[in-house]
Amino acid sequence: MFSAGLGRRRFLAGLATLAAAPAAARPDFILVQASTSLENSGFFDHLLPQFTAETGIAVRVVAVGTGQAIRNAANGDGDVLFVHDRGAEEAFVAAGFGTQRYDVMHNDFVLVGPEADPAGIGGGQDAATALAAIAAAGARFASRGDDSGTHKAERRLWSRGVPAGARWYLETGAGMGATLNTAIGMGAYTLTDRATWTRFGNRAGFRILVAGDPRLFNQYGIVPVNPARHPHIRADLVRIFVDWLLSPRGQAAIAGFRVAGEQLFFPNAGGSD
Amino acid sequence: MDTVWAIFREAIVLILIGDPDLWEIIALSLRVTLTAVTLACLIGLPLGALVGAFRFPGRTVAVVLLNTLMGLPPVTVGLLVYLMLSRTGPLGPLGLLYTPTAMVVAQTILVTPIIAALTRQVVEDLYAEYAEQFASLGVGAWARLTALLWDALVSLMTVALAGFGRAVAEVGAVIIVGGNINHVTRVMTTSIALETSKGNLELALALGLVLLALAVVVNAVVMGIRASAVRAAYV
Repeated sequence: MFSAGLGRRRFLAGLATLAAAPAAARPDFILVQASTSLENSGFFDHLLPQFTAETGIAVRVVAVGTGQAIRNAANGDGDVLFVHDRGAEEAFVAAGFGTQRYDVMHNDFVLVGPEADPAGIGGGQDAATALAAIAAAGARFASRGDDSGTHKAERRLWSRGVPAGARWYLETGAGMGATLNTAIGMGAYTLTDRATWTRFGNRAGFRILVAGDPRLFNQYGIVPVNPARHPHIRADLVRIFVDWLLSPRGQAAIAGFRVAGEQLFFPNAGGSD
Repeated sequence: MDTVWAIFREAIVLILIGDPDLWEIIALSLRVTLTAVTLACLIGLPLGALVGAFRFPGRTVAVVLLNTLMGLPPVTVGLLVYLMLSRTGPLGPLGLLYTPTAMVVAQTILVTPIIAALTRQVVEDLYAEYAEQFASLGVGAWARLTALLWDALVSLMTVALAGFGRAVAEVGAVIIVGGNINHVTRVMTTSIALETSKGNLELALALGLVLLALAVVVNAVVMGIRASAVRAAYV
């Protein structure tokens, strides 16, 4: 986060304009409403400078849960949506808030849990079986509980219904990082996207216990906000951003993002609806 | 203990190295909070003095209201300001959402009741002392207000500091209306929230220490001004 790049001049300039309010009529940047996983993993710090260097277009990111990102974008508080909940993205387009949805890249969700693994799910590849084992053991499970893409994915995995109300089922109502901190603090299992987990600094003995289930597939999509609905949207700049992300250059930039040598996002542009 | 020392070391390193990103975040924190506290003083000081120095119908209600609003939940204020500034909100066309200005608005709403309520108490206590003199000298309303505010100046500096403390440490409102956008609306508290969510707990705590150091500096400066004002009053 705190890497070099901006000079002292900028700090002084910041002080000089201590009380100045910026005008924001027709900005020359685009605002992305994005999933927290893209920000917390460091992905945007890797990707966006490349885009800005090639096109001169600045990108601002508001990183919130997918549910909140979609609501913000529906209100016109963002030019483009970059999240991971296909169903909600399609509904966003169907309701006329977005113009079209494009596949960008994918990775996967993983079930993480304490070293002791009280439900004995370690090494399994079937996520639904693992969750059933957690439920049978009454072992603690921390759920995002915030309508995020990860939360939606988790709810789909409970074959016998979401155990809302069970004493061991903890709904944090918070972001991925906060939920991981809670899970680790309470020795609870949780479902996380691989990118956030790989970059996470406070693992305290927790590890990946279940991965590789096709149902843990995690698709990221991008949806330009409909300028017919919100005329202030910079549709021209968004077009350039989307085209770049889906182009071989953008897709290569996505594949080039690595944390500790591990590739975290796999480009798969081509699908759209 | 090792962790505690590691956190202290990280905080000191962060300050000493003078990382440009960190300075940018500190500068924005100060800019937003000082602007908000200044606006809150411009509204809250006269408002509190009015309620403190005059008797009018509904005054008790006004006092209760001011005291209650001191406890405004920041997240609620953030949501209200978001709904106002959102593109679909009444002030949407201004395009102020996700700007430092939006953060100033939210913090001003949070801090103004604190300034007004505490000013009301200070002025009311002072007015009890001055009431007879005002009456015998036939002092007009405007002169009464300015005299009370001027004589309470030293106490009111502490009132302003209480407002500053609330605003600079607040995260719930600014993260909603500012969006924690890197290089645009990222301040100390939202950085701490972000680093916590990345699991970088040591860095988050170190940033907390930096924020505390910042508050110490601001408090020391104001107390210095206050001390010299008190000295001047007795010369």
